[in-house]
Amino acid sequence: MFGPTVWRFGRVTDPFREMQRLQGEMNRLFSTVDPQISQEYPPINVWLGQEDVIVTAEAPGIDPAACEISVIGDTLTVSGKVDPEMLKEGESYHRQERSYGSFKRVLQLPFHVNAEKVEAKYEKGILRITLPRAEEDKPKKVSIQAD
Amino acid sequence: MSKETKELQKQSAQSPMETERTRNSKVYVPKVDIYETKEAIILVADMPGVDEKSVDVVLDKNILTISGTAEPLSFKDYSIGYSEYDVGDYQRAFTISDEVDKDKIEATVKNGVLRLTLHKAEKVKARKIAIKAA
Repeated sequence: MFGPTVWRFGRVTDPFREMQRLQGEMNRLFSTVDPQISQEYPPINVWLGQEDVIVTAEAPGIDPAACEISVIGDTLTVSGKVDPEMLKEGESYHRQERSYGSFKRVLQLPFHVNAEKVEAKYEKGILRITLPRAEEDKPKKVSIQAD
Repeated sequence: MSKETKELQKQSAQSPMETERTRNSKVYVPKVDIYETKEAIILVADMPGVDEKSVDVVLDKNILTISGTAEPLSFKDYSIGYSEYDVGDYQRAFTISDEVDKDKIEATVKNGVLRLTLHKAEKVKARKIAIKAA
């Protein structure tokens, strides 16, 4: 159910993800009502820091106002929509490669997040979300007392 | 269904122009939509990470080349934990026909999307011919 966990490294072909992709492709083929971009859209990168994680996503042409980012515990959900080009009467496509429709990605983070302090920025088609670690989730240093 | 479904993954360019590049970075083929209106041909290209300063549009004879450079994001004291995409340059070339007015090409970049408006030349615009009664 949850998206890829961050401790998986690199671009490993995962049979589960492959299945999801296939399922998404099938759904897309057979539904014409609400075009869903693949489960994998937008592609993300996750950067791990000491106190926070940064999630970047390549999502060119989305409307940042219509993009929803929510955090519950250690789960980040990003959803939004890419609007299709509005073609008028008499206009036609020569080539259509870009995808449009709604998307939703769920990502499990390595720790609980302070939802109040999550920041998101959208620049040059790249969405950047900074998620600081929740105070109560931070490691506590235990000092050893010598007798 | 006439519309093709395309792979969502970025596609690596096949040695653009059959030459080697001096910059050692990956090159991607941006995904484009091209559509035609009455006055112009509109080209829309997804180039995330590119802004108006880092994109180049060159028209040489009939070859329209779009290229852009995206600087990879890197954060100090952060390590990459999980990665689904790579950042690199973009390059793609199209052959355009004579019906495009070569002096009237407009380009804008917004939110990582390049939009080119190639106005049609006057002579190829459809004209309505009035028919006179004999």
